[in-house]
Amino acid sequence: MKLLKYLPLAALLAAMPSLGLAQEAEAAAEAAEEVVAAAVPTDVVFILNSLLFLIGGFLVFFMAAGFAMLEAGLVRSKNVTMQLTKNMGLFSLATIFYYLIGYNLMYPLGDWAIEGYFSALFPAVAVLEAVGVDAAGVDDYSYASTGSDFFFQLMFCAATASIVSGALAERIKLWPFLIFVIILTSIIYPLQASWKWGGGFLDEMGFLDFAGSTVVHSVGGWAALAGALILGPRIGKYAKDGRVTPMPGSNLALATLGTFILWLGWFGFNGGSQLAMGSIGDVADVSRIFANTNAAAAGGAIVALILTQVLYKKPDLTLVLNGALAGLVSITAEPLTPSLGMATLIGGIGGVIVVFGVPFLDKLKIDDVVGAIPVHLFAGIWGTIAVVLTNGDAYLSTQIISILIVGVFAFVASAVVWMILKGIMGLRVDEEAELRGLDTTELGMEAYPDFTKG
Amino acid sequence: MHVKLIIAAIKPFKLEEVREALTSMGVRGMMVTEIKGFGSQSGHTEIYRGAEYAVNFVPKVKLEIVVPADMADQVVQTIASTAKTDKIGDGKIFVLDVESAMRVRTGETNADAL
Repeated sequence: MKLLKYLPLAALLAAMPSLGLAQEAEAAAEAAEEVVAAAVPTDVVFILNSLLFLIGGFLVFFMAAGFAMLEAGLVRSKNVTMQLTKNMGLFSLATIFYYLIGYNLMYPLGDWAIEGYFSALFPAVAVLEAVGVDAAGVDDYSYASTGSDFFFQLMFCAATASIVSGALAERIKLWPFLIFVIILTSIIYPLQASWKWGGGFLDEMGFLDFAGSTVVHSVGGWAALAGALILGPRIGKYAKDGRVTPMPGSNLALATLGTFILWLGWFGFNGGSQLAMGSIGDVADVSRIFANTNAAAAGGAIVALILTQVLYKKPDLTLVLNGALAGLVSITAEPLTPSLGMATLIGGIGGVIVVFGVPFLDKLKIDDVVGAIPVHLFAGIWGTIAVVLTNGDAYLSTQIISILIVGVFAFVASAVVWMILKGIMGLRVDEEAELRGLDTTELGMEAYPDFTKG
Repeated sequence: MHVKLIIAAIKPFKLEEVREALTSMGVRGMMVTEIKGFGSQSGHTEIYRGAEYAVNFVPKVKLEIVVPADMADQVVQTIASTAKTDKIGDGKIFVLDVESAMRVRTGETNADAL
């Protein structure tokens, strides 16, 4: 009986794919009219491609703010300063180590130490083009500036590290976490990214991952999962009788702001991953990607809103936020080929994954403070598989094999690094520090000093 | 004249209504504290991110009102009728004898101090 209330909404969702198709049919009819294409000069192509990288890059940069606000809002007030400190530290370290090692490890440009698998033991540092360079002097006149490409790719690397910090919040020490970030951003992320985006063996195999459901999000999720398992849950999170103790976040307004910032940043994440804007086809594709990315986020949010109402009698905002993000992760592997309706459904399934994934992790006693593992890992796997639904070039077997290869590598490499750090310096703060909060004990600085109840 | 202390635990959203009713009947002061507690309502359950948890202590407002003894019954009746919602968790009212009372500024005692 209760379900009857939601029937109109369900019908609306079901009608969406046909709405999308109608729109496309119209677009196709218009395209059929005879038009004479004007050639775009190479200079202009270079300029527009570089511009796409720069706009996409600063949008993805803003996702660092989104992650910081989402995490600050979902941790308790006694750990907010620490969470913000980790976010500042991880982004800045990612910048330095992607420059020193990551960029050239990720892009061997055909110059592999081990063909398709490994760029170089000591890759050269990233180098920009000269000041005031002209057409003859740029690295790749037919494409885009090196500076814009480096800037754009760096942001993806930093986003991978941002995913890890939320899952391990409220109990991990600052410095071992930051050392892990260095290894992740200089080696783990760029190495596996070279297998796909650097033209390595996964790319040769026909693996498709447009903007990184697997390459970015799942890798961050695997690293977070390995960390959460080795680190253990927060004190008191799981009672002996199996009950879960909720630890409500300090500020849902910040968490919501963070989610909307991530949503905005994702237009750069997926749209920029078209990697070109110098033709009508490319600009139209970027436009499709923007619209599909937005649709998927909406689908994820709405499904989480309805599902939590049905399952728990009250909608859960934190899961709605996670649902929107899971929708975004789900569409990231293929934001171009789906129709608007299909993108909404792909994102909607991401929302389902989150609503069931969060309690599932709790059952396993894996403490993921902000839901990073369901959002980025589970929905990342789904998004990578969902490519086969709309892209005829994708093969289910290739997608699954690639998910497994990247997953095993990212999980094992991360686990080894976490274990080494645990052995050398310990990962967790002591019990008293954890209970009093990391802000006063580890930093001596509170985020909200006027409110003393902790 | 003898004075009495009335302690009442009520639902927080009823505080303003109760204050108005009491001041209009001549009560000249009260002490208010935000408290948590349980009685026969004995908490309830909520769900956060899919995990059910018990809220063992429910937020309430505690009023402490000192009045001349002959007013006490009327004050109790007024609080009871104003704070009543007919749902579980409406609260409790206790009445105690007060040994003495003094106004700090003037040194007046008992009913004169109120």
